[in-house]
Parts: sequence; structure tokens; C-alpha cells
Amino acid sequence: MSILADRNEGAQVLLMGNEAIARGALEAGMGVAAGYPGTPSSEIIEGLSKVASELNLYVEWSVNEKVALEVAAAASFARLRSLCVMKQNGVNVASDFLLHLAGSGIRGGMVLVTCDDPGALSSVNEGESRHFAKMVEIPLLEPGDFQEAKDMTKWAFELSEELKTLVMLRSVTRTSHASGNVKLGKLPDAAKRAEFRYDGFILDLDTGIMISPPVTYKHGLQQARIARAREIFEDSPFNTYEGPEKPELLIVTSSACNLYSKEAISLLGLKDRVGLLKMGTTWPLPPKLLAKHLAATDKVLIVEEVIQFLEDNVKIIAAEKASAVGVKTFYGKNDGTIPAVGEMNPDIVIGALAKIMGVTYEAMPKDYEQKTQPLTFSMAPNRELTFCPGCPHRASFWNLHVALEKDGRKGFVCGDIGCYSMGLLPCGYNTMKTLHSMGSGTGIASGFGKLGQFGLDQPVLAICGDSTFFHAVMPALVNAVHHNANITLVVLDNSGTAMTGFQPHPGLTVSAMGESVPALDIAQICKAMGAKVEIKDPFALEETQATLNRLMEDTQGVKVLILRQLCGLSPEKKAKKRYEVSVDQAVCIGEGCGCNRLCTRVFRCPGLVWDEEAGKARIDEVICAGCGVCSFVCPSGAIRKQEVA
Amino acid sequence: MAKQLTKDPFNIIITGVGGQGNVMASRVLANMLVGKGYQITIGETFGASQRGGSVMSHIRVSEKSSWSPQIPRGQADIVVALEPIDAIRVLITYGNPHCLVLTNTRAIYPVGVIAGELNYPGQDEIRKTLTDISAKAWFLDATEEALRLGNPILGNIIMIGATVGTDVLPVTRDDFKEVIARSMPKDKLEMNLIAFDRGVEKIKCQ
Repeated sequence: MSILADRNEGAQVLLMGNEAIARGALEAGMGVAAGYPGTPSSEIIEGLSKVASELNLYVEWSVNEKVALEVAAAASFARLRSLCVMKQNGVNVASDFLLHLAGSGIRGGMVLVTCDDPGALSSVNEGESRHFAKMVEIPLLEPGDFQEAKDMTKWAFELSEELKTLVMLRSVTRTSHASGNVKLGKLPDAAKRAEFRYDGFILDLDTGIMISPPVTYKHGLQQARIARAREIFEDSPFNTYEGPEKPELLIVTSSACNLYSKEAISLLGLKDRVGLLKMGTTWPLPPKLLAKHLAATDKVLIVEEVIQFLEDNVKIIAAEKASAVGVKTFYGKNDGTIPAVGEMNPDIVIGALAKIMGVTYEAMPKDYEQKTQPLTFSMAPNRELTFCPGCPHRASFWNLHVALEKDGRKGFVCGDIGCYSMGLLPCGYNTMKTLHSMGSGTGIASGFGKLGQFGLDQPVLAICGDSTFFHAVMPALVNAVHHNANITLVVLDNSGTAMTGFQPHPGLTVSAMGESVPALDIAQICKAMGAKVEIKDPFALEETQATLNRLMEDTQGVKVLILRQLCGLSPEKKAKKRYEVSVDQAVCIGEGCGCNRLCTRVFRCPGLVWDEEAGKARIDEVICAGCGVCSFVCPSGAIRKQEVA
Repeated sequence: MAKQLTKDPFNIIITGVGGQGNVMASRVLANMLVGKGYQITIGETFGASQRGGSVMSHIRVSEKSSWSPQIPRGQADIVVALEPIDAIRVLITYGNPHCLVLTNTRAIYPVGVIAGELNYPGQDEIRKTLTDISAKAWFLDATEEALRLGNPILGNIIMIGATVGTDVLPVTRDDFKEVIARSMPKDKLEMNLIAFDRGVEKIKCQ
């Protein structure tokens, strides 16, 4: 049984931040959840989907974040409580509807959870979603630990209904993907019933039509809601203070930085000198509460991640209340005390705090430090990122690399978001030359494909995954076909949203809740759009390479090559070897081969290693996934594969 | 079994390479401690960013509260490594002269090593270094033992058994059994218990 549906009220359990958020939504009686997978947010919808039938929920992986927000909004309009979940850049995708939804207001409590990724641990940006809350004028909550992640999510639904507005709850990787003790609350039993009323007075928020006009009237309502939120937040239990009555320094913080700050104060032994004001309600900030704490100190350090948000908003309150609270010295991102890029950790806060407070701190004894630090270079060789053993993307990029070399016209690949983003690294033979947002490889290729009139004669390729195809590639492909752009789109179809854990997408026959659903065929869609379509298996190397070369030579319009092969980690394939692969060391000529160790120096699969003693290649049988692709790579034919019975 | 924590928070790091079952091992150990009434915080990095990369789980054990999901520099009390150079990598940042370390001896070569761009240290050098920069170092052939049991992934459970076998943590075999019975299909329970016991034995024999 999933812990999310555990009715053992009061039990202490270990929950991941994302699980705590999901549990909080369930304790609030949420009926509908929608989202699009993206690290570090995916486990919320994933967890909810597993308890959907048991708890009578509707949960879906939507085609993209904007549609997810629309699906969740519909449930709210029908008086159900609904949740929408995405990672930080998903909010950009959803933002057009988000703005209009803030204007129209909502009915059933509705919470937008965004999981930001400071330091871009699993992203190609460190976007900051908090600013959206301020921009579209909706309340913003940030949990400071795991218990709060649950309790605050539950409360967010109540707040949303009280204010009749969407509420945004922002998590970060170190909350979402960290785990801690959580005391379970009660799961409600009440039956959920949906009805959409639209026949009341046009401006009646409960019975009229759901629209954002008349715009200035509705905008005024939205600002009144924010003003009311400001009052409610003055007494919120999610804003806490620990420390002396008159601290020498006040730390104002939120989110995971709460725990880093607490750790830093404890390690430096500054509990009697430094106060910690942890804000859970970060937009709008409650001015009276802030003024009370500002008045008690002269120095303020703001600890937060990514672009300064809390810092600016605290400073506005300090300026407005200056006559009452006095002039403060501020430390934070603006003066460089806290770095403005990358994620935070306890050591950064320790450094900042030690400097301001004039205390010394040694993380480790000097002699230990001197002994260990040089080992980074001599004893701990870096592990660069690479495709998993057996990954079809390694084969696909090898095919692209070989075909582009053979073509010889300096062709290039425009990419986007997925495991295949690593196509820009050595593991993808540095094939990918542009990388931005979901679907943008195809849009950029569409533009490059029209530069022939200015003399651009390089073959233009785009690459995308199957889930990304539905998410954002389709409009770009329409654009490319309609404008007759000369491009080849390679769709890496590994039958799932592999990077984030095999969430289903519209190309598959099973939904998030495990129901049978109609699958949309990527090849048929591309054909219907007017592209020329071919389908190959990337593990059939020679055939795929010949096809790529033929498509690059065809200068007429949009060509689509679908490379279909299951992800090596897919449940159907995992831990099952198709081939037993081995290196015949009698045939391997080692360094004398003249191939520059194509197998290990260039192909770079973690399962095919270099045997230093023998001076030859060797298969690591624990790592090798048995895809057999490397057998095509060795010019001497020393790599053998045998089908596993 | 230790009666109580020797320090609060007590800091455990489980490290390895993506795919070695690092996250699962940290969940199992943490749930054993939650069962004993401790407040646990686990910090992890996983997702696409870790494909082929080093993976670390930080486990904070406390009688009082949650702590930072990232352990501060130099504050590890015990390091459990599923791969030997990752034990060294962790100690460089989080180690101190009082830190204990258990390491699986089986190498997983970084791609840079496979490609001949980086050097992988020899086993003797690794042993000497880890012994030198820790209060005590245990070396276990966990992957080889797991292969003897029929599945290399059991290496993580062998390492959990070994960690419990050091008697540093206030948990027992029964705690392991209870957690694993909750989280695994019945047919896998027996094999996991065998793997756990092999880990304990390996420590007791050293």
C-alpha cells in the first residue's frame, strides 16, 4: 500500500518532500491533479496517480504544463479542489493561462506547486518561479521543512478558497528530493461532486461565467485578495522566529535555506546572538511582522536562492517603515555576501555569518585539509555524465556523428530537453550544437532551414524525444513544414518520458492512472502535417546511418526520422541482457590497431572498459546492459555478441 | 548495536555511482532509524543529472529535529561507499580524522578513465589512502559477494548489513527485516536477508 493513502493518523513516517506535498493535497480532499513531468517535481503526480482509484481521484500527466493548469482549473471551476504540478520552467510554459486564471479567479481550492532547481542540478536553467507569483498577483508559500511541506499544502487549499484565488506553493530540489519525518494527518472521507454553474449574474464569482474581463474590475478584485492575504499572513504559524529578543543580526530566510541557516547558527554557536526569521508566506510579505523583527536589530542578512526576491521585498518594507524601525544594514545578494547564482548550502551560510559576526570557523582540521585536498586530482578522477549502458541515445548519436562526418558539409543538430540533451557532451560525440527549452531545437532548426537564401549550406537537423514531441515540438514542426524549411527532425522514440521515470505520454496506450487510452502515432501525425517520415531502429547502425545521409541530401522540405528503441532502464528491459557481449582479446590489437581505440577513447560506453594490464578492451559484465551496439564499432571485429537464450 | 547516537546530529553519507542502488540503501537505513524514533533528514541528488555520475545520500540522524539535507563540510561521521574512489571523493569534502568508512572494493571506471584521459588509482593505493584519512576503514568485496548470490545489485544490501555490523548505529537485523518486509515483494525478502547477513559477517571477520 502506498504511504500516501495510509489512514494511520498521527503516525511518524519518512516522506520525501514531494510525497509530503502530495499527502498534504490528499489531506485537503483534493480531487483532481495534473502536471507534466520534470525533475525535481515528478514524484508528486506520480505518487497521486498510484492512489487515484483507491481515493477516487482523477490524476493525469498532461501534454504540457499549460494544458495541465487548464485541466486543474476546470476541476476548480466545477468546485473540486485541484492541484497542478510542474518544475520551474514549466511555469513559463503555463504562464499565459496563469495570468488569465489569476484574473478570472477560481472556485474549488486550487494550488500550483512549482519545484525550482537552484544550481540547475537537473535542468539547463536555474529559473526562478517566485517572481511569477508577484507578477500575476497570487499568494506564494514556501515550505521550510518536510512537515511544513505537508501542512502548508493542506492549508494552501483553504487559503485558496477563502481568497478565491489560485495559490502558488514553491519547493526546491533540496526540499522536494530530500526526506524527513512527517506526522500524518487525517484523510477526509467526504465524497466529491463536480458541477459547473454558469447561469448566475455575470460578475458573480460563484455562479457566473469564468472569465478575466471586465479586466480592470477583476484586476481590482485580485489586488483586494492580495491585500487580504497580507493581513492573513501576519498571523500565519508558518512564519517562525527562533533566537534572542534583540539579536545582533537577524537572518530572514525561506525554503530549504531555513535548514542551512539553522545549521550555520548551531555550528558557529551563535544561538544567543543571531535570530532566525523563517518566512513561509513570502508573497505578499506581512509588513507588521517584518517591522516588529526589523525594529529589534540593526543588521539583517537575507538568505535565499537564485535571484533576490525576499531581499527586495524585505527592503521595501524596511523603507516604508523606516521612521518606525530605524535604518538597517542589509547583507544579502545585492552586496555580494550571498552568491547570486547556484544553489545554497550550509557552508555558504556559515561563511557569510562568520564574516558578519567576526567569528572564525574551521570546517576540518588544517592538517587533514592539507592531506585530503590534493587527492581530488590524484585519487578521485571525475565522473563525467554519460548515457547509461545500453542507452539507445548513445547509438542514435553515434549514427548521427558518423553520418555527419561522412556528409562532410558541417551539418549540425539542434536539441532540446531530455536525457538526449547530453548529446552536447562527449558521450553524444558533441553532436548537439544548440540547447534551450522544450521543443526549441525544432523551432530553431525551422529558422536555420530558411537561411539558404543567405548562403547557409550546412545540413540542419533537429532532435527531440517522444514526450517532448507532443509537449512542444508539434507547433514548431507545423511551422517548419508550412514554411518549407529544409530540415531533418530525428525523433528519439524510447516509449516513455524516460528521464523523469517513465511517465506515460500521449503516444502510449496507458494513462497515469493505468487506464487504457488511445495512443497518438507520431509517424502518422508527422505525415498528416506533410513531412516525409521514416522509422528505423538506432541499434541497426549501418541502415540508420545510410538513411540519415540520404535524408540530409534531400533538400526538399521537412524530413522526419523516427528512431525507435526502448530505453535501457524501461521496466520491460531493465536487468535483461539481449546479448552476452565479450571482447576476444586474441583479436583485439589494442593500441596497435590504428583505430585510436575507437571502442574506448571515442565510443565511451561505461560497460566497455580498457584493460590496462592486457592493453586491450574488456567488457565489465556488471555494467554492460547487453545492447550489442559496440560490436559494430570495432574495426577488427574483436567485440562479439551472442543472443541470450 | 549501539545504545544511542554518539553525536547529534549523527551524519551518514552513502555514496556510489548512478544505478548501484544508492537511493534505495539510504531509504532502508533511514527507515530503520525512523522505526527507532529518530528524526531523520535525507538529502539526495538524482535524476538525469546523475546518469553515470557520482551519487550521494546525506542522512542526518537526530533525537531532536530535522537538519539541513546537505551535510556541512567536514561533518561526516560514517561514510558507506558502494565504489572505492567515491569513498575518497566524499572524504575530501566531508571527512575528518574521526570519520569511519566502509567501502565496496569493486571499481566502476569513470568514462574519462576508460577513454585514457584520467587515471584510476590502484587498489593498494586506495586502501592506504582511505586508511590514512579515516579513523577506521573497512574494505568489502560486496559486488563479488552479490554476484555469488546471483545479482550484483544486492551489493547495496550487503553494505547496509556491514554498516549495521559495525555496531555504530542503534539498529539491528530485526529493524532491517521489518523495513524490507514493508517495502519489498515477499519473494525477494529471503535473498535480501541473506545479503544483509553476508555484510554483517564480513565485518565480524575483519
